[in-house]
Amino acid sequence: MAKRILILIGTKKGLFVAESDGNRKNFRLRGPYCNTWPIHHAILDPATGAIHAAGGNEWFGPAVWTSHDLGATWTHSSEGLAYPEGEEPVSAVWSLAPGRDGTLYAGVQPAGLFRSTDGGRTWSHVNGLRDHPSRPHWNPGGAGLILHSLVPHPTDPDRIWVGISSAGVFGTDDGGRTWEPRNRGTRADYFPEDQRYPELGQCVHCMVLAPGTDQLLYQQNHCGMYRSDDGGRSWTSMENGLPSSFGFPAAVHPRDPQTVYLIPLNGDSAGRFMPDAKTAVWRTRDGGASWQAMRAGLPQENAYFGVLRQAMAVDRMEPAGVYFGTGSGEIYASADEGDSWSQIAAHLPTISSVETHVLDA
Amino acid sequence: MARRDDLSDAAGHASAVRAALPVTVKLSPVLCDLFPGSRREVSMVAATVAEMIDELDRLWPGMGDRIRDSRPAIRKHMNVFVDGSRASLKTPLAPGDEVYVLTAISGG
Repeated sequence: MAKRILILIGTKKGLFVAESDGNRKNFRLRGPYCNTWPIHHAILDPATGAIHAAGGNEWFGPAVWTSHDLGATWTHSSEGLAYPEGEEPVSAVWSLAPGRDGTLYAGVQPAGLFRSTDGGRTWSHVNGLRDHPSRPHWNPGGAGLILHSLVPHPTDPDRIWVGISSAGVFGTDDGGRTWEPRNRGTRADYFPEDQRYPELGQCVHCMVLAPGTDQLLYQQNHCGMYRSDDGGRSWTSMENGLPSSFGFPAAVHPRDPQTVYLIPLNGDSAGRFMPDAKTAVWRTRDGGASWQAMRAGLPQENAYFGVLRQAMAVDRMEPAGVYFGTGSGEIYASADEGDSWSQIAAHLPTISSVETHVLDA
Repeated sequence: MARRDDLSDAAGHASAVRAALPVTVKLSPVLCDLFPGSRREVSMVAATVAEMIDELDRLWPGMGDRIRDSRPAIRKHMNVFVDGSRASLKTPLAPGDEVYVLTAISGG
């Protein structure tokens, strides 16, 4: 059956949608939506067909925007997206994920998790995470104390993983009532030498679950790239063969859990662009044992942009498509699993997130 | 300049009287854009800025969240002026007051 590909592009000034037919050659861009609010992340919930866009506006606070007609019309709400009186208010929503039982999850700044059971109209706080005894010791990363990575288990609605900068990875097996840190094996180079593998305080940048699995996680960290084969209970480095140990986004092939895409940057204090200002997406086909740089069609000189944590995604086509959005407002796309690339959008505001959805035409 | 919430004690005594009299609230266009059907100017009965925001939220559900955060306080980058003076949630409103809800200079 013929397909339509939607690329949801969250930017500093609104949500854009790029759309193509199944050839993935000619993308039409529309937007900006959401009244040009900063949109940190947008998803299309496959259960309802609704697009949800998460963000926050300096004037008006946090909101989740929702469209039931693929972007033509929008509503917004922050009802319930709030901490108790007297606490530092929620400033923005950073991440969204559909749960496996019809719920919708939102990760916010300052770090916390909210749940909606009515499609994003109203929200309630998942208390257990903020009640964790380590909460007073969580420290903000460079962008703030943010719950960004939000990974529901594929079948069990009681199991969720989250990543918080820079508190680390946490997991719950009881629907959010209790949480445990899952950072064993991940490094924190910014701590004293004898404390570099703490239980908490790691600066996780992006965590994703390999599609088709329920235990295989990958993590791009401020200090290294990792995989976990046991649901985050232990992590092993997979950065050998990569040009640096620093980067933001990570994505996994939709059908091959051993194929992972990363975009290493030159380092946290070296400008945060790609090494030698040459753009490359690094791909492994063997779960991180070896890596290859994918460069065909990507700028190979004077490329000083970065790619933010939620700004890379794959589609579910055969062969799989890979997409990333830059800090300088371009979208690059590959329709052949990363072998070759082309620019499909330019001159956008700073891109925060890229997600894809494949529809029947 | 004294903030209007210095008068908040007086507001309690007089609120029952004032409750029957309207104030005029003028809303920022960028705020109205978020709530289809809302109006740039609305007349309402409210004895304090907090009550005014409650009434705006009743008229256009969700508007309260856009003006007031959960501390609760007027959002950092919002300004509410009552007859020319910057106000807080406690600021009393007097009959005939003009209230402006404005967005601050903010962002990039």
